Amino acid sequence: MLSRNDIIQWIKTSATLLAENKEYLTELDRAIGDADHGDNMDRGFKKALLQLDEVKDKDIGSILKSIGMALISSVGGAAGPLYGTFYMQAANAVAAKQELSDEEVVEFLQAGTTGLINRGKTKPGDKTIIDSLQPAIVTLKNNIQEGQELAEAMQGAVHRAEQGARETIPLVAKKGRASYLGERSVGHQDPGATSAYLLLKALLVTLESR
Amino acid sequence: MKKLMNKPDDVLRGQLDGLAKAHSDLLQVHFDPTYIYRSDAPVKNKVAVISGGGSGHEPLHGGYVGKGMLDAACPGEIFTSPTPDQMFEAAKKVHAGAGILNIVKNYTGDVMNFEMAADMARAEGMKVHNIIIDDDVAVKDSLYTAGRRGVGTTVLAEKIVGAAAEAGYELNNLADLCRKINLNGRSMGMALTPCITPGSGKPSFDLADDEIEIGIGIHGEPGVRRTNIKPADEIVEEMMLAIMENIEYTRTLREWSDNQNDWIDVEASDPPFNTGDNVIAFVNSMGGTPISELYGVYRKVAEICDEKGLKIVRKLIGPYITSIEMQGCSITLLKVDDEMIRLWDAPVKTPALKWGI
Repeated sequence: MLSRNDIIQWIKTSATLLAENKEYLTELDRAIGDADHGDNMDRGFKKALLQLDEVKDKDIGSILKSIGMALISSVGGAAGPLYGTFYMQAANAVAAKQELSDEEVVEFLQAGTTGLINRGKTKPGDKTIIDSLQPAIVTLKNNIQEGQELAEAMQGAVHRAEQGARETIPLVAKKGRASYLGERSVGHQDPGATSAYLLLKALLVTLESR
Repeated sequence: MKKLMNKPDDVLRGQLDGLAKAHSDLLQVHFDPTYIYRSDAPVKNKVAVISGGGSGHEPLHGGYVGKGMLDAACPGEIFTSPTPDQMFEAAKKVHAGAGILNIVKNYTGDVMNFEMAADMARAEGMKVHNIIIDDDVAVKDSLYTAGRRGVGTTVLAEKIVGAAAEAGYELNNLADLCRKINLNGRSMGMALTPCITPGSGKPSFDLADDEIEIGIGIHGEPGVRRTNIKPADEIVEEMMLAIMENIEYTRTLREWSDNQNDWIDVEASDPPFNTGDNVIAFVNSMGGTPISELYGVYRKVAEICDEKGLKIVRKLIGPYITSIEMQGCSITLLKVDDEMIRLWDAPVKTPALKWGI
């Protein structure tokens, strides 16, 4: 089960983790992109934090929607619309709810991921956010169906996301600015797959510390 | 790094303030969110033409706001796509009831942000079409990359489509025209030096003193190859061969379908250049190359066109889509018909392009 407060805590923890990993993400982006992913994500979640005050008494859908809007209007580049769409579509899936069952947690994360895939026209193995996010959600779903409680199921999912991010290292980028490097993108971990792992990790930290 | 600037953080704001002050008769600048718009917008009964993209390519796009060209331009941070809220607010400001045409350069961030903006504007009852410009022949592979990048043809499209909008073209006809321009325009760039973004203070890529990069993108994306500096004629010849090479380039572009009420994938291929074609030749500076060198380049471009039987009916020479202070140039050839020539000649009054008024 995930409450409104858990969602708020998740966003706060996300902002903290992204701030801590700002240099790391930007460094990953320097190798195959334009060296701003860490700064962009940090700026986006700082803006999301500012908007949290206005929606903290509202339903989960409204909270997620405000996060999406904050990211869309402040991150820029490709990550802005991709993560923005993730939270907007996740919001649509759980619109007026005050709390989410474990199944609904899977549902809203999957809805966000599907929205992100459609926005980016991305396939697994293109060396993108999807390569850590999608397998992690599948793992979460399977773990929940097998009867694991949410925090335990999430642990497996985060582990899978971390693995997915690492598995982007040998891949050739097929999307975004990195794709122009072709074979030269091999040997570098995808910054987007890495930030997606951090966002899921923030949810795990939230679940474990409540 | 030596630049005429105050703090790296306020470079963009200061430059936009200056643009607005210098050209208050033509345009105004709105901040939070940032967009540049025609002083007389919304122009009654006219389709509003909007473009935008990362800053650092001036005069693109803000310098093309005015009568006969763009109704609004949305500048992002330097080399970073603008955000949908900018595009959406700009659309609301200039929309005159006849719809919106967004001209979008083919970069992943630009394409997605403009798609979201179009969705937002459509939700408010506006009719919106996004047409993508992807003319950079340095990218040969559409399947395993983000595809050809949008470069020089963008300038020509904004002029011709802007004139058509001024002449009263309806949205669908305007979208068809813009699509036609994109398929008939091809470009290739090269760099003698990298550029330095104010934020990073470092060169965008490394290039040895005696090295050049052929096929460079306007943000310093990798080109076709690096080579030692050669005589200008040889460089131009290599670029022109790539532009005129009649290879089949097919790509899938995402466009809005009114019938299906959704985004659909549209397959498109370039028609070849043929003997007897009329073209607009556009020789562009990346920012740091002087106009004198551009004329040296143009001489060879004209010679090659002559040999190949392409007739240069109009030309544009100067810094129109730049990469901050990068030295280098790009060449664009756009195959034109009578309609496009007439629209090219139509009056335009913007900070960067002005004729017939």
